[in-house]
This record gives sequence, C-alpha cells and structure tokens, in this order.
Amino acid sequence: MQSTSDEVLIGRIANGDRLAMQVLYARHHVRVFRFVVRLVRDEATAEDLISEVFLDVWRQAGRFEGRSAVSTWMLAIARFKALSALRRRPDQELDEETAGAIEDPSDDPAAALEKKDKSTMLRKCLTGLSAEHREIIDLVYYHEKSVEEVAEIVGIPENTVKTRMFYARKRLAELLKSEGIERGWP
Amino acid sequence: MNAINEEPEHQEIGALLPWHAAGTLSRRHANRVEQALAGDRELARQYDLVREELVETIHLNEILGAPSARAMERLFAAIDAEEARAPRHRRWFDLGGRISEFLSSLTPRTLAWSATAAAVAILVQAAVIAAVVVKEQGSPSEPGLASAPSEGSYAVVRFAPQATADDITKFLGAYKATVVEGPLRGQLYRIRLSETKLPKEEVGKIVRQMQSESKVVAFIAAKE
Repeated sequence: MQSTSDEVLIGRIANGDRLAMQVLYARHHVRVFRFVVRLVRDEATAEDLISEVFLDVWRQAGRFEGRSAVSTWMLAIARFKALSALRRRPDQELDEETAGAIEDPSDDPAAALEKKDKSTMLRKCLTGLSAEHREIIDLVYYHEKSVEEVAEIVGIPENTVKTRMFYARKRLAELLKSEGIERGWP
Repeated sequence: MNAINEEPEHQEIGALLPWHAAGTLSRRHANRVEQALAGDRELARQYDLVREELVETIHLNEILGAPSARAMERLFAAIDAEEARAPRHRRWFDLGGRISEFLSSLTPRTLAWSATAAAVAILVQAAVIAAVVVKEQGSPSEPGLASAPSEGSYAVVRFAPQATADDITKFLGAYKATVVEGPLRGQLYRIRLSETKLPKEEVGKIVRQMQSESKVVAFIAAKE
C-alpha cells in the first residue's frame, strides 16, 4: 500500500490538519531525536528540542516550498535549534561531556577485552569525533542524505561537504590508530 | 601504509564512496563508482572500510533509543494552545490537491460511487446540523444559522463526518452549548459555550473536554 508522501502531509498540516501532523511526527520523530541527541548529548534537552522542531513545522508548513525533501528541511530546523541550545549551555559542561565521550576505558578489564573488538572500537572512535565530524558522518551514513542535502542542512557548499566528510573519516582513522587499529587509510 | 593513488579521478571517486555505500548517489555517479571499484583493488579496500563505518554508525544511532511520549504531548499541547489563540485560515486552493490525491487512488468504478457518496455525505451533514439548529431554535426560517450575539463565551467546531443529528444534539446538550453561526469556511460552526463571559482558563478546560469527544468533534478551538 502506498503511503501518503511527506509533501502531501505538509500541505495538510498547512491547512491545520492535526492528524497529518501526527502521521508526520510518527514517521520522523525518532530520527530527528537521534540527530539532535547526537549533537546536544542530552536526552531531556533533545526531547524538548524535537517538540520545538515539530512545532516549527506546524507553524511554517504553509511556507514550505518543496525545494528539498521534508526530512531535509526538518533536520535543518533541528540543527539550528540544537546549535542554539548548545550556545546557551556553559562551556565547562560541554568540555566535560566531550571528555566523557572520549574517555579511555583501558583501566576497566572488561573494556580492555572489548578493545580487541574492532566494531566496538570503531563505535567508540565515532563517538570521540568532534561534533562537526560526528554530524556529517551521521547525516551521510545514518540519515542517508546526499551531498546536496547535507549542504543544505549544514549550510555549506557541496565541495565543503565532501572535504569535511574526508577529514571526518581521516580523524576517525587517527583515533583508531591511537587505539592500535591501523586501517591503512588515508 | 599502502601507497595512495593520487590521481584526481581516483580521489574524486574515493570522496564519493560514503554516499555510494549509503545509496544516495545519482545513477550516473553510482555507475562511475561501480566501474572504478571493479578495476581498482585499493579503492575496493577503501570501500570496505566505508561500509564498516556505515554499519557502526547505524548501530550507534539505533542504540540511542527514542523520545518519550512527553515530547509528543508537549508538541500537541503547544499546537492546541496556538490554535485556541488564533485558529489558522485553511488554504482553500489545497483542497483541490487533497481531492485529486484521494481520487487518484480510486478505480473508475469506485470513483463514480465515491464522488456520489462524498456529495451525499456533505449534504447529509449540513442537513444534520441544520436539523439540530432548527430543533434548538424552534424556527425553520433560518436553517443552519441562529443569530450571533456578541455576549458570552464561544468556540468554533467542525463536527466529525460520522456524527449523527442525535450525537450532535446530545453533545451540545451535555455542554449546554448552542450553535449560533455556520457553516463558516471549512465546515466550521460557531457555538456558544455560555451566555456569560467565562474566564479564559474555564473556556480552555471546556474546549479540551469537547476535543476529547472524537466521535462528534473533528476540530474545536476557543473563539473570542
């Protein structure tokens, strides 16, 4: 059975259709939440933010021109809100979170065993990337956004998208190397 | 470390590998990447690394879980509050789009029946509400429309398509409400909740209770 497209739902939302809003929310809220929680690193904040993101969708649906996918438009709104929330947060809190994310668990014997697991190490190093690099990796691999869509969400030129992705992957390789995993690239 | 192919073409293809793995390249670019992968072992090895990254990124995101119901409750409470403050005007040109979308999903035979049924449904609901109003007002001279006094507390309501005259009568009776104006644009009716001006909070409470009666009410918002 063919489902109603996001664009049709947005048209209905522009007309005040709450049911269409519920369908759109059900369809996208988990991915938007995960995108935001990876940026702000706090579930409670991310929950508050996704309510705001979808409220903006409700308010602005009439102005949506369909030049990009609805999911791309929503991620751009989500990104803006997440970065605004991060700017309001004290720097010290951010630093502690970043440190926590890349903390070396080598003192823990169980973690030492896990260290041999390449997948686990890869996930650990993905978590240790900067917010900028984490964001682009998530957008490309998890949110399945094209070069053009990432450019629109992040607000950078398409060539910069490719360059940033390259450097994100390069940094990932460096983090893996520091954990003893040599990938032979770049 | 293996020797890296520095040719611009190789580098360009290498930069596209993450998008190729995610399946978001255009057909033309995807074909280019496929051809390059088939003849370049180093590039194929890089592609394996990209696929590992993709798998673990998905895993990392999937274990993040989902937001609680609180987020949705908060969203719809905010939407209700906005609608109560200033109900949005429906864009009528979109109605055509909605009808087209619905009609395109039907076969010619069902289309003919559905069009007839839809027309009948609209007429029936108008007649149902007119009957309710006539019964309430006791006068058949102004079907569907009573006078619209300015005193009191009001709401605008769109009744559910399946609501019967009996349902609407009981609903209005239960809340001591009266239809005073309509149908307005969007099949909305203005109803009087009280002959005296109630506090805003009280009106909001009544509207929320009415909203919960989804068998009868499709949409409702307080109206100044």
